[in-house]
Amino acid sequence: MSLTIDELNRLTELARLEITSPEVPDVLAKLTNIVAMVDQLQAADTDDVLPMAHPLDRQQRLRPDEVTESDQHERYQRNAGMVERDLYLVPKVIE
Amino acid sequence: MHTRTLAQLAEDLAAKRFSSVELTRHHLDRIESQGDALNAFITVTRDQALAEAEAADRRRAAGHATPLTGIPIAHKDIFCTADVKTTCGSRMLANFVAPYDATVVSRLRAAGAVMLGKTNMDEFAMGSSNETSYYGAVRNPWNTDLVPGGSSGGSAAAVAARLCTAATGTDTGGSIRQPAALTGVTGLKPTYGRVSRYGMIAFASSLDQAGTLTQTAEDAALMLSVMAGFDPRDSTSLEDPVPDYRQGLAEASAKITIGVPKNFFDPGLLPANRDAVQAALAVLEAQGATLKEVELPNVHLSVPTYYVVAPAEASSNLSRFDGIRFGHRAQETEDLTRYLMRTRGEGFGAEVKRRILTGTYVLSAGYYDAYYLKAQQVRQLIAQDFAAAFAQCDLLAGPTTPTPAFPLGQKTDDPVAMYLNDIYTIGAPLAGLPALSVPCGLVDGLPVGLQLIGPHFSEGPLLGAAHRFQQATDWHQRLPAGFE
Repeated sequence: MSLTIDELNRLTELARLEITSPEVPDVLAKLTNIVAMVDQLQAADTDDVLPMAHPLDRQQRLRPDEVTESDQHERYQRNAGMVERDLYLVPKVIE
Repeated sequence: MHTRTLAQLAEDLAAKRFSSVELTRHHLDRIESQGDALNAFITVTRDQALAEAEAADRRRAAGHATPLTGIPIAHKDIFCTADVKTTCGSRMLANFVAPYDATVVSRLRAAGAVMLGKTNMDEFAMGSSNETSYYGAVRNPWNTDLVPGGSSGGSAAAVAARLCTAATGTDTGGSIRQPAALTGVTGLKPTYGRVSRYGMIAFASSLDQAGTLTQTAEDAALMLSVMAGFDPRDSTSLEDPVPDYRQGLAEASAKITIGVPKNFFDPGLLPANRDAVQAALAVLEAQGATLKEVELPNVHLSVPTYYVVAPAEASSNLSRFDGIRFGHRAQETEDLTRYLMRTRGEGFGAEVKRRILTGTYVLSAGYYDAYYLKAQQVRQLIAQDFAAAFAQCDLLAGPTTPTPAFPLGQKTDDPVAMYLNDIYTIGAPLAGLPALSVPCGLVDGLPVGLQLIGPHFSEGPLLGAAHRFQQATDWHQRLPAGFE
């Protein structure tokens, strides 16, 4: 089964990932091959097998809900492309 | 100095045969004169390294040295380093300077190790040849037309060429062991949760684990003793006590039962690689081990299982890269969705995009049960196979890779062929198991690896068996021509 261009468009939208027109044929062909490879799983008999939840079969540890970090926003915001008055700037989302 | 192992250099420094500054300068000079041919480093921190070496010499003079004090090492560029760029091999993080050290980095720093720089890697650790790095491919020191393996290819090449004494790496599907095998070094992937992942950029969270690339198993034991241990900042970090792994080398028994999975000796294994591995098994047998054939009936499904689970987790982990708080930011566009798509489309390379799209596909409505759930069930079967094998033996042994290093460009156009390079290494992380690769021969002048896999927390016995093997062989001492 080949992945269709419509399916790819749906995936790029879901993943918020632009694939430019020249990239499309290569991405489609390679994804189709990858999906065909992982389809080998369908042959495995997994009736009554519990899906793995943790490689060591352990519970996730919990910690007290306490503030342990200090305010270092200036340090963190040095990596941001656009900051104004200590705020991260995002593209306009409200008309 | 560079041909000395970490353990030997620790003795040299203790005996004041030379200083850490001299040792560090020697390695920095090697990186400068020979590093360009390999492209093993993304960032070399010369001034900082010399300052750390001076501090290490002062610490030694004050009588507070550890075995790692003053030893020049390198970190895979996936580990965050305060005030030094951390790129993860990606354009996305080309200008990213982490505000803190990864726990692995801070533990090694606290022990006095000297950081020479950050090593090249496949972008976001997604690759088996180091060709997906935004900073160019790493080349194999044994033949610069060949790949070093990946994703920790820069760390492996740097240790193989003795540009550094030891290096850190990470392993999700084979990213320490496969490049270790292809470059002739010792690569250890510990048990899932053994080493903290705080500050280690996430790829697939149910698989990722930090480990070491070293000249010997003894050096790996010295590194792991410092790196391992509980870290409250990593929710997957285990509280189990950390033994002194180097002390344990001498105590490890030679009279062990080694299971040889016949599924690992499939038609895909190059006959010359098979012969080298069988010769290595004969060495272990001569040393007192009992060999026993075992079966891992579902291990042939490791690659398809991995290529559902890992991309699914990657597609989720990499959703954080939106260019707003850090990372590449595209020119603004008319709407937010277009902006996000462009930022990520520009920031990620082709292989990362394929993994994100594969992950999105297997997690999308209507496919989740058929792929992700199914893969986690098969993963359980693979883990049960290993558990059944370990009921009959102490460790498993087999090849690390099907072939020696392959030419640059040979598999870049066929991702599935590239993925199959990890066919023997993917099983262990799927089951959370520790595993290592040690050099066990040369095929056409190129190194090949023997892989040992153990039950959870068997790093001690694994390193013990590898150390004993290295007492009887000299493959780990072979150096690529031009780097002697």
